[in-house]
Amino acid sequence: MVNMMIDGKKVSAPKGTMLLESIRGAGIAVPTLCAHEAISRSGACRLCVVEIKKGNRTRIVTSCLYGVEEGLIVDTKSERVLNVRRLVMELLLARCPESDVLQKMARDMGVEPQPRYAVDTDKGKCILCRSCVRVCEEVVGVSAIGLFSRGSYKEVGTPYNEKSDVCIGCGACVYVCPTGHIEMISTGDKRKIWGRTFKMQACSKCGKFFAPVDQLKFISKKTGTSMEELSVCTECR
Amino acid sequence: MNENPDTQARQIMDNLTLYYGPKKKFVAICAGTGCRASGSLKVKEALEAELKKQNLGDVDVLATGCLGFCEKGPMMVIHPDKYFYQHVKVEDVPEIISKTVAKGEVISRLLYRHPETKKTLFREEDLPFYKKQHRVVFGQNGMIDPARIEDYFAINGYQALGKVLSEMTPEDVISEVKKAGLRGRGGGGFHAAVKWEGVRRAHGDPKYVIANGDEGDPGAYMDRSLMEGNPHSVIEGMIIGAYAVGSNQGYIYVRNEYPLAVTHLSIAIEAAREMGLLGKNILGTDFSFDIQITKGAGAFVCGESSALFASVEGRAGEPRAKYVHAVEKGLYDKPTVLNNVETWANVPLIINRGADWYNSIGTEGSKGTKIFSLVGKINNTGLIEVPMGTTLYEIIYDMGGGIPNGKKFKAVQTGGPSGGCIPESLLDIPVDFDKLYEVGSMMGSGGMIVMDETSCMVDVARYFLEFLKEESCGKCVPCREGVRRMSDILEDICAGKGREGDVELLETMGKAIADGSLCALGGSAPNPVLSTIRYFREEYDAHIRDHRCPAGVCKALIRYSIDAEKCTGCGVCVKVCATKAISGEKKKAHVIDKDQCTRCGACIQSCKFDAINVK
Repeated sequence: MVNMMIDGKKVSAPKGTMLLESIRGAGIAVPTLCAHEAISRSGACRLCVVEIKKGNRTRIVTSCLYGVEEGLIVDTKSERVLNVRRLVMELLLARCPESDVLQKMARDMGVEPQPRYAVDTDKGKCILCRSCVRVCEEVVGVSAIGLFSRGSYKEVGTPYNEKSDVCIGCGACVYVCPTGHIEMISTGDKRKIWGRTFKMQACSKCGKFFAPVDQLKFISKKTGTSMEELSVCTECR
Repeated sequence: MNENPDTQARQIMDNLTLYYGPKKKFVAICAGTGCRASGSLKVKEALEAELKKQNLGDVDVLATGCLGFCEKGPMMVIHPDKYFYQHVKVEDVPEIISKTVAKGEVISRLLYRHPETKKTLFREEDLPFYKKQHRVVFGQNGMIDPARIEDYFAINGYQALGKVLSEMTPEDVISEVKKAGLRGRGGGGFHAAVKWEGVRRAHGDPKYVIANGDEGDPGAYMDRSLMEGNPHSVIEGMIIGAYAVGSNQGYIYVRNEYPLAVTHLSIAIEAAREMGLLGKNILGTDFSFDIQITKGAGAFVCGESSALFASVEGRAGEPRAKYVHAVEKGLYDKPTVLNNVETWANVPLIINRGADWYNSIGTEGSKGTKIFSLVGKINNTGLIEVPMGTTLYEIIYDMGGGIPNGKKFKAVQTGGPSGGCIPESLLDIPVDFDKLYEVGSMMGSGGMIVMDETSCMVDVARYFLEFLKEESCGKCVPCREGVRRMSDILEDICAGKGREGDVELLETMGKAIADGSLCALGGSAPNPVLSTIRYFREEYDAHIRDHRCPAGVCKALIRYSIDAEKCTGCGVCVKVCATKAISGEKKKAHVIDKDQCTRCGACIQSCKFDAINVK
């Protein structure tokens, strides 16, 4: 265990854990958009920044990626911290003016849209947190989507924006997306996602369409479970 | 293998130097990328043919790397007298051979003429450009053909490696480099020995040694000229570093836009392998090390360490948070030393001449010399190497020869696109890592762009932010979105659409972007804006409040008009104006229709009477 001071409170935390967990464990709220328990951390959104002090040196770090350390003094609400968070929120509001998640978050943080920034109309609700890309690679294991282009032209999508052969239509990307940017439409025996239409499997017991056939095939191949067994929905299993 | 491998290393090296003794009579013709562009390879061919023709086949012609004074290319230095000839053409070659090479006579039309005294100067070291330089690293370029390892042997090449392998423990090497005070030349200025020590101590196998040759600053070409002109110095430095930290595998990361650097490095690595200086059991010892070249695709961000590792690993060049340092988890998550090309090239010098010699050069906190590329509105464009602590004034006026066309100096941008602009009032500061940081700029890798009164500082900031916007990797919000928004605001200001409060907003954004960005690109991206606001605030105000560009650069804010008293009505401007904006009767003063005028500047260049005003 290591001992730290967070906003004047004594906090101890197990070695090897991240600062974000200690801060939240101490009952202090820290906004995040790209940290999700199912996936590795990327430090892309920068909302979780805090100011740390070691000896005479203070600096801004992302608490989601910074490992706890003995004797660390942490300020989660310093002026520098709040300035970074305000900037990030203003920039995201201008990028994704239609995101209700961001609007609520901004309200909670007392941040107003910066009128000097012209709002974008072509970015949808995507903040490029890359949670979808990470879950597809790390959890699902297919890497059907990725990031392309650089800088402000960066986008998420399938290679060359073509229908992906490896996508299994599982929708994990939709699940982890913090702003609801990714569109998935399920109607009866069909599901449409990333420009591809997937055939849904009907439960062999209750008849309800519950998962894309491609997803079940993928699981079957990976785990050796028969398609027959997998064709029963979780509720009937 | 010898019974005592260490003395064997020494013996091999001694034999090499005996065999390849220093050259005396030779012609060094600059064949760096700049001089090649102005035709130096043809001159070289002519030299070789003419020497044969005049029966002087024993005189060697060296196609060297960059000699630094790029403004005067193609240039050559004729040894042993070290006569310096500039702007040499193929037609000059027969005379050069028959007079200078054969008889030691100078050809005065090819000599450099002092711009003020108008005196012709004979030798390289007499030229004001070279006189105050201290070319311990870069000066070797003039003595070798980079494609010939024997040339490098002839100037004591690989002697430092021989010394290290026969007389020094890895700890000795680290402590020597530490004592020398060598700091990283890539921008950060981190102490090289501290990194090396960290990797030596770190657990993890294998360990890697990397040379960062991803030089991407506009106008900077120091590292390119070292890789092109003296690849063995970089390789020797890396082998010594690898021995010190216990690594067997090295990489040189060089951008594919540097084809000559790639070629010369490849030749050098191959030659070093053949001589037993790279590969298994180097110089008969049980130390093994090899180097592989990785070609980068030219993303500016790949010069950042963690993005560089990602790129070498074959992933997209994106940085990651570096709370665990590269000395513990670098390339492939293994302990890694990453140093800049120039840093590596300094290492053999430190070993050969000793830490005491090295740290006698420079300032308290920054030791040794630094190579700068001096470009922009400056008379002597080129590469210079000076002791740390040389003042900006000496660099710009003594070596750089001041500002062309009688214009007034305005600022110098140091440290590349994310460096800062330093005004005239600070020209007396000694240039070192800490001083440049103090004044709001940085050393960076050593780019220096000089600007004169015709440069608009808001436009300069706009240009650099535009560059950084394009080069941001796009991973974190402050850099991807913030730099783009700053760039938009600067575009607005230059287009006459600046608003009251923009400057304050830029400052607030700049500080938060610097604090909040994931890597050093975003961390330093606001520098050009913050430093120009700091030193040239009045120019921002003139743009925003008075809708005026004092330097006459921002097209939306300037008007062209014709001075009726100076205009002779010659009509030349009418002919060059692409939009037919100028009219008037012959031999009477002309006028410009401001609605038609695109402010392209063609009329100004064509007018012999200086009659066009820009306001």
